[in-house]
Amino acid sequence: MRAGEKIKTVRISIVGFGHVGSGVAEVVMRKHDEILRKHGLDLRIVGIADLKGAIIDEGGLSRDEIARFGADGALLDMSSLELIREIEHEVMVEATPTNVTNGEPGLTHIITALNSNRHVVTSNKGPLALEYRKLMELAERKGRELRFEATVGGAMPLISLIRENLAGNGITAIRGILNGTCNYILTRMTNENLPYEHVLREAQEIGIAESDPSKDVEGIDTAVKLVILANSVFGMDATYRDVRVQGITEITPDALKLARDAGYAIKLIGDVDINGRLEVAPRLVPVSDPLNVGGTLNVATIRTDLAGDITVIGKGAGPIEAASAILSDIIAIYS
Amino acid sequence: MRISMDIELKDIPGQLVQALKPVSDLGGNIISVLHQRDKKTASGRIPVQLVFEMEESRLDRLVEKLKAKGMHVVSIGKERLKDSMVVILIGHIVHSDIRDTIERIDSTGFAEVVGLSLSMPGVDKKSSAALVLSAIGKKELKEALKILEETATKKGIMIISPI
Repeated sequence: MRAGEKIKTVRISIVGFGHVGSGVAEVVMRKHDEILRKHGLDLRIVGIADLKGAIIDEGGLSRDEIARFGADGALLDMSSLELIREIEHEVMVEATPTNVTNGEPGLTHIITALNSNRHVVTSNKGPLALEYRKLMELAERKGRELRFEATVGGAMPLISLIRENLAGNGITAIRGILNGTCNYILTRMTNENLPYEHVLREAQEIGIAESDPSKDVEGIDTAVKLVILANSVFGMDATYRDVRVQGITEITPDALKLARDAGYAIKLIGDVDINGRLEVAPRLVPVSDPLNVGGTLNVATIRTDLAGDITVIGKGAGPIEAASAILSDIIAIYS
Repeated sequence: MRISMDIELKDIPGQLVQALKPVSDLGGNIISVLHQRDKKTASGRIPVQLVFEMEESRLDRLVEKLKAKGMHVVSIGKERLKDSMVVILIGHIVHSDIRDTIERIDSTGFAEVVGLSLSMPGVDKKSSAALVLSAIGKKELKEALKILEETATKKGIMIISPI
């Protein structure tokens, strides 16, 4: 922070307090002093709400108060919508789980927050995959920002990289691995020559795959992320239903071996381009291609008209990684 | 089409240029020239291997021109299929009659299945295959992949193609 600049207090509400929501609370607390020093922003969490109820403190909740959230009965009988509308704050962090059927409850949270003149930062893919244009128009009308870096690629900067650092470039295509669970499964199957079902169970045991893994392994999660890129980067008005999707459940160890013998790895690739291509499918990636990353990593190659191909690799999932993207978005609103 | 041609030149200056000029005059694109001075033939000529791309219809005229200049055309090799791609298939490949799929591609005249490795883990289990498609050009290769995808979808076979 430069001398003479004023400190700006930014009051934040967190709606949805699962892994991501509590991750945000954790990093806001951990990084508070550093952000104050570097950016002149005094970040305060003034309210947290989820299905259980809410806690509020207009002066800013303490670490202890947040830690006790949900642990005992000290919750206000206040709905998340009431909190969004009635408690004065600048930024609403929407971190409820993704729902690609109707986008709820996130969709109503975001609309309510924008209508109450709050900026919105979200990790929730559902509302953006279904109602991108409507939400962006509302944000613009209200003169508020709706930012969503955490929805695609987790901690890996993709949307702001394109918007800010690559401004001036025309983007012709984005292609990559946008789901860490699938990448983990395919990598393990390749390296250990194990069948799909076996590796899936193993991934569930160590928490990399959910007990209902269908969203990940059937390519739905990748498709939803692709739609967000299609709309935000390519100006399409696509929804999740426009994507051709094929998952990884049919991949065999033999296929992985045959591919490797021919110099390829099989990866679940999301592919969007300027001509309207929207496709998620297992593809052959040359072993020497930068898209060939292993484990739970995410990767995306951005094809630009001036800068050529740019590839970003990073951790796609995890509460702290998502919180990192959310924190960057909050700071970006004020810079 | 890509063509490789072995010719033999007299050992006098300027012959190589004389041999290459008709190729470019006929719109050919020379890819490689191997001038083997140290491998003279019994009759004292110098063997030259040329690789170039040219429309097939112009090949006869090229040979005439070379002969008119006193050069020997020893052999002509046509490399018809110059673009190829590996594709992985997963499903009941043999039961659903893979021969039929291959024949459909071979019958196009512009593309062929030139390689196939198959792996069958058990009678009821899905098999996997790596198939090599070749075609006379990039556009035709894409067309062949489309045919493969169409037949595969009908037969419930999954296709994994390169990025």
